[in-house]
Amino acid sequence: MAGQGASVDAVLKVQHLAVDFKTDTGLTHALMGVGFEAPRGKVTAIVGESGSGKSVTANCIMRIIQPPGQIVGGTIDFAPKGMEPFEIVSLRSKDPRLQELRGGLISMVFQEPMTALSPVYKVGNQVAEAILCHRKVSRQLAWREAAEMLERVGIDDIDRRIQMYPFEFSGGMRQRVVIAMALVCNPEVLICDEPTTALDVTIQAEILTLIKDLQRELGNSVIFITHDLGVVAQIADQVVVMYQGRVLEIGTVRQVLKEPVHPYTRGLLAAIPGLAPRGERLATISTVVGDADITTPFPMRTLADGRQVSLPPDQVGEAQRA
Amino acid sequence: MSEALPATEVGPPEADDDTMLVVTGLSRYFDGVPAVEDVSFDVRRSETLGIVGESGSGKTTLVRCVLRAIDPDAGVVWFNSVGGWVQLQDMAAKSLIPLRREMQMIFQDPFASLNPRMTVREILEEPLIIHKVGDRSKRLDTVIEMLNLVQLDSDSLTRYPHAFSGGQRQRIGIARALILRPNLVVCDESVSALDVSVQAQIINLLEELQTELGLTYLFVAHDLSVVQHICDRVLVMHRGRVVESGPVDDIFASPQENYTKLLLSAIPSPDPDIRLQPLDRRELGL
Repeated sequence: MAGQGASVDAVLKVQHLAVDFKTDTGLTHALMGVGFEAPRGKVTAIVGESGSGKSVTANCIMRIIQPPGQIVGGTIDFAPKGMEPFEIVSLRSKDPRLQELRGGLISMVFQEPMTALSPVYKVGNQVAEAILCHRKVSRQLAWREAAEMLERVGIDDIDRRIQMYPFEFSGGMRQRVVIAMALVCNPEVLICDEPTTALDVTIQAEILTLIKDLQRELGNSVIFITHDLGVVAQIADQVVVMYQGRVLEIGTVRQVLKEPVHPYTRGLLAAIPGLAPRGERLATISTVVGDADITTPFPMRTLADGRQVSLPPDQVGEAQRA
Repeated sequence: MSEALPATEVGPPEADDDTMLVVTGLSRYFDGVPAVEDVSFDVRRSETLGIVGESGSGKTTLVRCVLRAIDPDAGVVWFNSVGGWVQLQDMAAKSLIPLRREMQMIFQDPFASLNPRMTVREILEEPLIIHKVGDRSKRLDTVIEMLNLVQLDSDSLTRYPHAFSGGQRQRIGIARALILRPNLVVCDESVSALDVSVQAQIINLLEELQTELGLTYLFVAHDLSVVQHICDRVLVMHRGRVVESGPVDDIFASPQENYTKLLLSAIPSPDPDIRLQPLDRRELGL
C-alpha cells in the first residue's frame, strides 16, 4: 500500500490545488482541487487523457505555470531530505528556494527532447551548465561530472560524443541527454512529462528501463506523467488517475490497473486495443461509464484496501464490497 | 499504361479479382539512400493490411509510392481498378486523376490535414467538385449522407475545423477520404494522435465502414496493439525492406525474424504482472 494515511513518508503532498486559465472567451478551470501524495523513493504515475490537467499539475510543482494560467488555491508541501520542509505555492518569486527547487531539488524531463536541448551548444556544455547553475564547482569538474552522468545514462564513446551537438544524436540519445541533465544534480524528485511519447516503441522500452534503473540506483522519487496505461503498468508503484482537472482514483499500480473501482478508470482500460479480441468492437469510455456520474466532484474517499476514489457516497459501499 | 491498351486484358500473374493490389520490387531512393528497397506484397479485397516498423523504416514512403503521391524509382504497382488492372508506377499524372477516386488517404494529424479556412461542407464537397460528381444539390446530399455515415451532425456543415475536437476532426478527415467511394484507403497513422477513448471510437468507426462499404485498408501504424486489433495481415518493415509478413495472429504469436521479436518485446503490457523485457538490439545483431 502506498500513498495513504499520515504514516507514509511523502516527499510531496498536493492538496486542493486549483488552477485557472483566464482567456478572452472566459475562465477555464484547469485544475479543480487536485490532491495526492508522492511517496518518497517511489514512482507515482499521473495518468489521464489530454485536458485532464496532468501536465498543469506537474508545472505547478515546478512553479512554471505561465500566464494566462494561475494557481488560485491549494498547497504543495515539499519535504526534501536534510532540509526544512516548505510549501511551494506560497513561495515568492524572489525566494532563493524557488531557484534551488527548479532543476536542483526537482527536475523535469519533457516529451520532446529537441525542444529541451539548445541546438547551438554541445551536449557536454548543456549537462555541465545544469551543474554550474546549482553548485559552486569549476568548469573542469562540471564537465567531468557531466561525462560521468552521460555514461551512466548509456551514452558511450563519451570523449567524442560530449563534444557533439544535439542534432547529431538520434531521438532516443537526445532523451538520454535530457535525462542526464535532469539527474546530474541528484534531484529529490524527477518529474517526467510524457518522456517516451515521441519515441519508437523499442526506444521507449530502453528509456523506461533506464529511468526505472536509475531511480532504484539513486533512490529519488519520480512523478511520471503519461496517457499510456502500458507505460504506467511498467514503471509505476502508485497511480493517480485524472480527468477534467480532478483526481478520480489513487491506488497502487495493481489496484488501479487490475481491479479499477472508478468507472472512468475501467473505461480507460477497456478502450485499450490489444486486450479486446481482434475484430471485436472496442469498448469506448462512454459505453463502460454508462450512466455513472464522472463529472460531479465527489470528495475522495479511502476504501478498506487503502485506495482513494471519487465516487458518490452510495457507490462507495458497493465498490468496497466488489 | 496507356489508355489505348484495354486494361482488363492484362493483370499481374496469379492474381484473381479478389486481389486489390499487387506490388513487386518497389524501391525508392532519396539522394541515393534507399528509403524503400525491393518491397513486394499483395492486398486482398476488403482486408486490412498493416504496415509496421520504427520511424525511418520506410512505411510512409512505401504507401506514398503505392498511391503515386511520390514516384517510385523501381518496381511495379498493379491496382485492380473499377475498369480492370492497371499499372500505377509510371502512369501519366493525367491518367491517374480518374483513379484517384478509387484510392484515398486518411492522415495522422487531424489538425494539420484540414484547411482551417474551409467549412466542413467545403472540405467534403471539394473532392466531388474536382472529380465533377453530381450538381450542387446532389453534392450537398452526398455530403450530408457522408456526415451521417461518420456520425457527425448535419449542423456541422457550416462550421470550421477549429470548432471540432480531435476525434471529430478525424471523422471529417475520414468523410473526406470516403466521399468519392474509394476501394483502397490508406490510413497513415490515422489513430496515433488520438486519446485512447477517442482512438477506440475511431477504430470502431473504421471497422464499421469497412464492413459497410467493403473497403480495403492499408494501415500504417507504429502502435502494435492497434495493428493487432484491426489488421488481418501485417508487413514488418526494417530499413526500407519487408523483413517478415503474414497473418497478424501468427506474427504476434510466433515472430520468426529477430527484428519482429525486438519490436514485439518492446510493447509495454498494461498488466503490471507482465514485466517489460525488451530484447537487446545489439545482441540480435540488428
